[in-house]
Amino acid sequence: MKLHEYQSKRVLAQYGVPIPKGEVATTPAEARAIAEQIDKPVVIKSQVLVGGRGKAGGIKLAGNPDEAEEAAAQILGMDIKGLTVQKVLVDEAADIRSEIYLGAVLDRGARRVAIMASSEGGVEIEEVAAQTPEKIITVHVHPLLGMQGYQARQLAYGVGLPKEHVSAFTRIAQSLYRAFVESDASLAEINPLVINGDNQLQAVDGKILLDDSALPRQKELAAMRDPDEDSPTETEAREVGISYIDLDGEIGCMVNGAGLAMATMDIIKLYGGSPANFLDIGGGAGADKVLAALRIILRDARVKAVLINIFGGITRCDEVANGIVEAINSLNVKVPIVVRMVGVNEDEGRQILADSNLPSANQLSEAVQMAVAAAKGEGA
Amino acid sequence: MSILVDNDTRLLVQGITGSQGAFHAEQMIQYGTKVVAGAVPGRGGQWAVGNTPVFDTVHEAVATTDANTSIIFVPAAFAVDALLEAADAGVALIVCITENIPALDMARARAYLDSTESLLIGPNCPGLISPGSAKVGIMAGHIHTPGNVGIVSRSGTLTYEVIYALTERGIGQSTAVGIGGDPIKGLNFLDVLQMFEQDSATEQVVLIGEIGGTDEQVAADYIRTEMSKPVTAFIAGQTAPPGKRMGHAGAIISGGEGTAAEKIEALQAAGVAIARHPEEIAELAAQNI
Repeated sequence: MKLHEYQSKRVLAQYGVPIPKGEVATTPAEARAIAEQIDKPVVIKSQVLVGGRGKAGGIKLAGNPDEAEEAAAQILGMDIKGLTVQKVLVDEAADIRSEIYLGAVLDRGARRVAIMASSEGGVEIEEVAAQTPEKIITVHVHPLLGMQGYQARQLAYGVGLPKEHVSAFTRIAQSLYRAFVESDASLAEINPLVINGDNQLQAVDGKILLDDSALPRQKELAAMRDPDEDSPTETEAREVGISYIDLDGEIGCMVNGAGLAMATMDIIKLYGGSPANFLDIGGGAGADKVLAALRIILRDARVKAVLINIFGGITRCDEVANGIVEAINSLNVKVPIVVRMVGVNEDEGRQILADSNLPSANQLSEAVQMAVAAAKGEGA
Repeated sequence: MSILVDNDTRLLVQGITGSQGAFHAEQMIQYGTKVVAGAVPGRGGQWAVGNTPVFDTVHEAVATTDANTSIIFVPAAFAVDALLEAADAGVALIVCITENIPALDMARARAYLDSTESLLIGPNCPGLISPGSAKVGIMAGHIHTPGNVGIVSRSGTLTYEVIYALTERGIGQSTAVGIGGDPIKGLNFLDVLQMFEQDSATEQVVLIGEIGGTDEQVAADYIRTEMSKPVTAFIAGQTAPPGKRMGHAGAIISGGEGTAAEKIEALQAAGVAIARHPEEIAELAAQNI
C-alpha cells in the first residue's frame, strides 16, 4: 500500500525527521488560508499516488496567499496519469541550498534493510543507479541490531555532507530506519533531503510504501489508504478476498494461484491473445467467490471471452463449476466462457458444466487457444 | 534417494488441531508420511487425527517422538513464534505453509535461523514431496510419480500444473520443493539446486520462477559455473506490468528489476532450456532422458 507525500512526511516527522510547515487543502480557499497562516512563500503540491507530478504541472510555487489560491485552483481537479487531484499539500517553500537523497528499502537478496544515500538529490534513485551508480552509498542494517551510528556516518561522509551536518544527518537516518521498521514499510524515501536557507537539514519530499502483509497490525496506517490507488474494481476484489489487477486486453481470466494466473496470462499472449486482467481466486474458493470473480471480470466491457483455469487441490472443481453455472444463470453473460479444470473432483465439475452446455478442455494450451479464437469471434 | 524428505522423515505438525492443520495432517498420513506428533499450546495430552499425540511445546514433542521435521499451519500472527520454537528445539527441517507473514518479521527470523542448524522452507509455500516416500505439504499427492526429475519452484498451483504434465508423460520426480512466493524466505533456488546436484537420484532439474527479485539470476550463475545436470525452466509473469504486485508478496517488478525477460536471458546464457508454457516443460524434460 502506498502513502501520499503528506502522510509519509507526517509519519517521518513522528520519528523526529524535520519537515516543512504545511497542511492539506481540498479547496482553493483552504489553500489560501493555509498560505496566510504560513505567511511566507509556499509550494502547492498535488497529492496523487503516481510519480512525475512536477512534470505534469502538479507542483507550483506561490509567493503570496492570492497566488496560492490560484495555484490550488489550477491543480485541484487536474488529471495526472489518469488520477484526479483531490488534495493539495501547501508547504512552506524551502530555500534549497543543496539536496541529497536518503532512502530505506528491503533488500531481498541481502535479507536486510538497505539504507541508501546519494549526493544526487531530487532525482529518481533508479535514474542515478542506472547512470552514476558510484554516487549511491549503501549500508545494510542487521535486523537484530538495528541501524548503528557508524553506518549513518558512513552515508554522511560518503555523500560528502559538510561536517557540521553529520550529527543531524545521523539522527535523521536512524529516525528513517525506525520509521521504516515500526511502520512495516517496504520502502521509505526522503527525496530530497535539503540543506535549507536556515542551514538546517529538512525532508522536502517523502514517500512510504507499506508491506501489505503487515497491515492487520498497522491499523492506523492501514486507515490512511486512498481508494484512488486502485481501480474501483481492484478495491471491490480485495474486499471479497480476490487478487485482481486490471490490464488492457480482451480475455478475462480466472485462475487459482498467483503463479498459475501469471502463467495463464503469458500463454494467452503466446497464442496471440491479450489478457484483460490478472485474477487469482486463491485457495479453497467456493461457488460464491467464483460468482463474485465472474461478476468482476464481466463488468469490463473490453472482455470478449473468459478463460477459467483451475488446478484443483484445496480448490474443488465441482465447487468452481457450481459457481460458474450460478453466474451464468444470474448474470447476463454475453461473451463465450472457456473452462479448463483438472484435479480434485474434476469429473463432477465437468459433468456440471456439460449439463449447462459449457465447453471445457483438459489441456491448458488447448483451452487458451479456444479462448483466443473465441475472443476473435471465431467461435469457441 | 531424494532430497530433504524421505522414509526417515518423522513429521511434527504445528497447528494440527486447526482446520487446515487437521485436514493436511490426515492427507499426509494417507500419503504415507510418518506423522509422529502435533504441537499446539494448551492442547498437550490430546490426540489428533490418525491417533497422533499432541504436545504443548515443540521441545516436548521432539524429546518424546524424535520428530526431525516440522510443518507449520498456524496463523500469520503466530507463525514466526512457531518456527523459532521449532528451530530452538533442534528440528532439522522446518516447512512453513502460512502466508501473509510481514517481511521484516521474516528478516529477523531468518537472521536467527542462520545461527542454528535448522533449514527453513517457506513461508507462503506448498511444501515439498518426495513421491512415493514422504509428502510434507499441501499438494495433491496423486499427481506425482517417483522418478529422477528434481523440481524447485516459487509457485504452488503452477508447480502442480508442471508435475501433472510430467506425470502424464510418464516422467517421475525425485523431490519437488515449493520454496514459496515471499521476498524473504528460507531455502532459495540456489540452495535447492546445490542439493539436487549432489543427489544421486536426481538426473535433471526443472526450475519454475516468476517475476520479482533476482533469485533466478543467482541460480543461473550457479548453473552456468557449477552444475552438471541439465536444467529446464519456466518463468511466469512475462505479461505482468511493473509496479503491480501479482498476488505473491515477492512477485512485483520494481525499479525495472525482476522482469521475466532478464531472468530468461540469464538462464538461457547458463544453457538452461526455457519452456514457453508449462506443458512444454514436460517435452523439454523428455529430451533429457
